[in-house]
Amino acid sequence: MKRIYVEEKWCLGCHLCEYECAFANSGMTDMVKALKGKTIHPKIRVEDGKNVHFAVNCRHCKDAICVNSCIAGALSRSESGVVEIDRNKCVGCFTCVLVCPYGAVMPDGDGHVAQKCELCTKNLCGEPNCVAHCPNRAIVYEERD
Amino acid sequence: MNTFIYPEYEVVRNQDNCIACRVCERQCANRVHRYDEENKKMIADSTLCVNCHRCVCLCPTHALKIVRSGDTYRENANWDMQTVNEVFRQANSGGVLLSAMGNPKNFPVYWDKILLNASQVTNPSIDPLREPMETTVYLGKRKCEVVRDQNGKLVDTMSPSLKLNLPVMFSAMSYGSISYNAHESLARAAKALGTYYNTGEGGLHKDFYQYGENTIVQVASGRFGVFKDYLEAGAAIEIKMGQGAKPGIGGHLPGAKITEDVSATRMIPQGVDAISPAPHHDIYSIEDLRQLIYSLKEATGYQKPVIVKVAAVHNCAAIASGIARSGADIIAIDGFRGGTGAAPTRIRDNVGIPIELALASVDQRLREEGIRDNVSIVVGGSIRSAADVVKAVALGADACYIATAAVLAMGCHLCRTCNTGKCNWGIATQDPELVKRLNPNIASQRLVNLLTAWNHEIQEIMGGMGINSIEALRGNRLMLRGVGLNETELKILGIRYAGESL
Amino acid sequence: MKRYVIIGNSTAAIHAVEGIRSLDKEGTILLVSDETHFTYGRPLISYYLYGKTDEEHMKYRPSDWYEVNGVQTKLGVRAEKIDAKEKTVTLSTGETVGYDKLLVATGSRPFVPPMEGLDRVEQSYSFMTMDDALRIERDFVKTDNVLVIGAGLIGLKCVEGILSRVNSVTAVDMADRILPSILDEEGSRIVQTYLEGLGVKFCLSDSAVKFESNSATMKSGKTLSFDKLVLAVGVRANIELVKEAGGACERGICCNEKQETSLADVYAAGDCAISHDITAGVDRVLALLPNAAFQGRTAGVNMAGGDVSFDQAIPMNAMGLFGLHMMTAGVYEGEVYKEHKDGNYKKLFCQDGVLKGFILIGDVSRAGIYTSLIRNRTPLCEVDFDLLKTRPQLAAFSKTYRRENFTKEV
Repeated sequence: MKRIYVEEKWCLGCHLCEYECAFANSGMTDMVKALKGKTIHPKIRVEDGKNVHFAVNCRHCKDAICVNSCIAGALSRSESGVVEIDRNKCVGCFTCVLVCPYGAVMPDGDGHVAQKCELCTKNLCGEPNCVAHCPNRAIVYEERD
Repeated sequence: MNTFIYPEYEVVRNQDNCIACRVCERQCANRVHRYDEENKKMIADSTLCVNCHRCVCLCPTHALKIVRSGDTYRENANWDMQTVNEVFRQANSGGVLLSAMGNPKNFPVYWDKILLNASQVTNPSIDPLREPMETTVYLGKRKCEVVRDQNGKLVDTMSPSLKLNLPVMFSAMSYGSISYNAHESLARAAKALGTYYNTGEGGLHKDFYQYGENTIVQVASGRFGVFKDYLEAGAAIEIKMGQGAKPGIGGHLPGAKITEDVSATRMIPQGVDAISPAPHHDIYSIEDLRQLIYSLKEATGYQKPVIVKVAAVHNCAAIASGIARSGADIIAIDGFRGGTGAAPTRIRDNVGIPIELALASVDQRLREEGIRDNVSIVVGGSIRSAADVVKAVALGADACYIATAAVLAMGCHLCRTCNTGKCNWGIATQDPELVKRLNPNIASQRLVNLLTAWNHEIQEIMGGMGINSIEALRGNRLMLRGVGLNETELKILGIRYAGESL
Repeated sequence: MKRYVIIGNSTAAIHAVEGIRSLDKEGTILLVSDETHFTYGRPLISYYLYGKTDEEHMKYRPSDWYEVNGVQTKLGVRAEKIDAKEKTVTLSTGETVGYDKLLVATGSRPFVPPMEGLDRVEQSYSFMTMDDALRIERDFVKTDNVLVIGAGLIGLKCVEGILSRVNSVTAVDMADRILPSILDEEGSRIVQTYLEGLGVKFCLSDSAVKFESNSATMKSGKTLSFDKLVLAVGVRANIELVKEAGGACERGICCNEKQETSLADVYAAGDCAISHDITAGVDRVLALLPNAAFQGRTAGVNMAGGDVSFDQAIPMNAMGLFGLHMMTAGVYEGEVYKEHKDGNYKKLFCQDGVLKGFILIGDVSRAGIYTSLIRNRTPLCEVDFDLLKTRPQLAAFSKTYRRENFTKEV
């Protein structure tokens, strides 16, 4: 399946992806309206290390530990391989946060349920918005082995 | 005390649109932007801004623009603001002013005073989409004797040449003045396009030997990075005698830019300034030049054409005549608008002549002397578009060198502060955090796009003139007409005024 | 065509079915459970009472899951006996079913220690199953004073579920602190203070010695009166089926890394089975949902002829109480790194060059990075642990690690 891959060699640590993610999942069509004056809760997060930057979001693991660990069956792997979360089933126990080795599942803005990257399959973008707006092609969306 | 100079440009932020994502702050190597925690607002210090537009381009809500600040001294046609500020700057520092990129002054751009012909009625134009249109160019000597072996078969006596799929190459920019990623982008684009890029006087990084077939290796007065493998790696060798942006003077790469990799590539100590002398200390005459040319040919088994690059100066026609007789295969002439990573402002803005006039006079002189076929002519120094290329070829050039247009394609916004080493676009810098901003996967594609577009335009223009090959356009000055030019200019350019028929 | 029989209908059973179906689409699967409900997430019962979910959303799998996976169910039916020789299971209906591969995923049941007079308490509840939750929902009223015996995970999740439904809740524990099995003393105090702030009352270092119908006499001599009593002292693994069939059992059913019991073709998984805790280096029951899932999956794949092992069992808990989140994993042995600021509490335990355990209260973001260090027994010399101490981050890992994980399918 097509997945998001991150090339840290090209990541500038500009954090644009975080804002593009928050915008994409805001349900709004105007970025200013969607994000101005708000704290964002993106599903992709950039780590700024010593001379290194990279974005982290869900790897959509083939054998996803979060899916296996979810106490509510809220996390599942779709037929196409996307690890999805059903917000209505999630009770916010955050066992997924406890087990994800990438730290890529996190509480949502309200802290009531977990959120994670769903490759923009549940918003209007079609293709991942972070990828579309990465200024240096550090985040790509493609098929790899 | 230093005189305060109000910034010429000002960062304007539309606070209604700013979402305080701080991308501008993270992307500005000049630290113009910062976040004011107290007021929860982004603020900018325009005094630090170099107007590179990095923030403008990356702002996701287009909340930023950079405008002329409007601050002005009393109007004075003689003492314009720039001139006054330069006096202040020198009074502050006591130093020679440094600038980057090409001469920005308001000298005539002759390309824009030359118009092209097109076919109407009496001669058919050609549709390049339906009919063959040749843009391939070979650079090198065109003269060869007819020699037969004892069986009476023809012996190949053609001099080595360069084959270009289109009459444009990337001109010299050294690794050091530009970044590793910029070099990689140029190399990859040259390969993809079937043309050449040029190492400049910076040696060839070991990673780029793989692009050797599309590389012109330069030998300049500092001889940086020159050794056997280097000479053998390239498709041609260029002796750089001069550069359009700073004719008559050498180069100076500050020690800060001599990183470990640059040092290894240039074969000079790390962190120490790299000085290229103004002259080649072994070349004081055409005869001396001939010696270097043949030394290089000898060293590479006469397999590679040798280019001699000179700046366009007042007596360049005579100099070119000498070069054409010196054994060089190609003459490269660099006009006074050519770019640079750093040059003394006074030199850049006042020395040299326009490439259009230099080209016309050189081509004319070599024809008159019957030695035009001894060499190919390549011109550079602000070739800005496909139209400039076509006009240059019609004036007598075999091909063009571009660099400013190339760095623009890679992201440069002509802020002209390459000399600071803080290029926000990752081109003219060695700072790893900035270098990585130029992803060669993107930049090489943009270069390919640019020249592919130009090539389409060249074909379109040639087709309109009823010409189907670059060869047939070269030196075809009947295809050119001048506007706004005086008699002398027309004479030097060898073209008629618009409206004059044959 | 293989015949699979699965006893149980919770996490381990469901994952076992999925494990079987990953290899064998043909074999028949019979699932037997004494619970009548569609498979649901057991730990959700407290969230149900708390109002965070409802019966429909508690379904652990989509409504057509049994059908889609070709599972024949016998719900409300108990498996009474296993005959490992004949390879049959006798059901409470009197029926006997044969199997080629059998999974015992019988879970556990509440443990009620013998306490005098408990039979006199009419309003006594346990807190394990959906039926328990439904009873509580039906019976508990706003004026009730509730006594919860046990201030561990189950007891406190129950407290969270019922606090807003009743007048008062008092939790009792023999231990001198709450959540003694997952927190250290300081952590217990932090959580206790938080809960007390919300009105929960605690009676610690004490235990009920004698019950009347509406009061308990404590060891300390105190008398606590109540309207409703919840027993959340602990659980016992349901091992009897295997034990009586001659299978090896300790506090849980003994099984190897493939989830095979000592009985041929009989597997065990989930809260009834023993795991090898790699952090403590001992075999014990790890009654945790993720553990049940991993074991169930492993059992299922192996039952269908695959060959997989589960050798990464660690104790771990993600627990939220009234919005205060805590995460713990591993054992609390070795060198300690501690941070306690801005209301966040963190303790990391290192031993023999690996991370052994952690306690996080408050800020639990990206805790999985710590957990994976424990689970994978990652040598700390391979990571920048000083960086990791401050917060979990992948920047502390090697470039190679990131290349392997970010630029390839994982």
